[in-house]
Amino acid sequence: MRVAVTAQGPKLSDAVDTRFGRAAWFVIVDTETHAVEPVKNEQNLDAAQGAGIQAAQAVSQHGAQAVLTGHCGPKAFRVLSAAGIGVYLGAQGTVADTVEQFRARRLSKAVAADVEGHWA
Amino acid sequence: MNLAIASGKGGTGKTTLAVNLALCAGVPARYLDCDVEEPNGHLFLRPVFTERAPLVLPVPAVAPERCDGCGRCAEVCRFNALAAVKSGLVVFPELCHACGGCLLVCPRGALSEGRREIGVVESGFAGDLAFVHGRLRVGEALAPPLIRAVRKHATPDRLNILDAPPGTSCPVIASVRGCDFVLLVTEPTPFGLHDLTLAVETVRELRLPFAVIVNRAGIGDDRVRRYCSRERIPLLAEIPDDRRIAEAYSRGQPAVATVPGVSRVFRRILAAVKRSVRATPPLGVLR
Repeated sequence: MRVAVTAQGPKLSDAVDTRFGRAAWFVIVDTETHAVEPVKNEQNLDAAQGAGIQAAQAVSQHGAQAVLTGHCGPKAFRVLSAAGIGVYLGAQGTVADTVEQFRARRLSKAVAADVEGHWA
Repeated sequence: MNLAIASGKGGTGKTTLAVNLALCAGVPARYLDCDVEEPNGHLFLRPVFTERAPLVLPVPAVAPERCDGCGRCAEVCRFNALAAVKSGLVVFPELCHACGGCLLVCPRGALSEGRREIGVVESGFAGDLAFVHGRLRVGEALAPPLIRAVRKHATPDRLNILDAPPGTSCPVIASVRGCDFVLLVTEPTPFGLHDLTLAVETVRELRLPFAVIVNRAGIGDDRVRRYCSRERIPLLAEIPDDRRIAEAYSRGQPAVATVPGVSRVFRRILAAVKRSVRATPPLGVLR
């Protein structure tokens, strides 16, 4: 399964970025093969509006089946739901820690956005 | 002539100035309330409205059976109002600025014009004074198209007085762009000065002729005066900090109708603006 982890850098040892739409990177990890594909979220960092929407589209295009992040707003959640991507909240520590927590089923799947837009 | 009243800082007296100028214009005038997020000129002028026109923007509507999720519409949308995912297109009409780009680039004709009402333009008369204002729908964030719809009522047969919203962002630009003159109202306080400098930078960028009016003169300090002198900005008038003007305002009454002698300062401001506009060659740009 391909999971996208919001991160402050491109590596497994980098810290999680708790924001979704304006995360610095998405580190896409294959939980079976352990292959790592970092995706830079540069253009959305400076978006005037709709960063979460475009971030959701980007992780969908990169074939992620789940998003592991800190928080998720309503518009991003709507796009991720439409894309059939599960959203797992409360990620913390490094990217590797977060993937491990996900594999151990310690992250719960969100049924709705947990923050308003522009919360950070 | 189009005369805009703007300020930078909110609560400095834009509406007080605009309403009182309109009432002592001495020529056929029109008051246009461009603060469509919270219009308040009608509270003082109490117009009788004769027309009401909803403003509807075209926003993308998707025919799911035609959309193959190619995402070209989302690529071209600089406002991120569209997202293409496997199951199709997700549209956020509230982010759309109605440019129509997505409809143009869709290779499968899957998008058509939907409708989103953003507000209403109401017009009428307060005595001889023509009155127009816009009211943005609650929850709507896109003020400029409604402001432009209000400004369409400004015709050269009258002196048009445009009451702009506070700040220096898009709604202010939409209100003052292309006007013949801008009056920047401030109060002689550090906050007033700070936001005045932002407003000055804005109107300079737009290359609009402008001058400053100090309201509530007598409070604060003389830094606004020194700033205007240093920057060679005409300080056209100082409206005194007068409790009677504040009391009239709190009752929803224009100062010129209730405070004896106060109309002099407003007539002087109008005369100075007219002299200045006559002396300035037409801009020819940004109109």
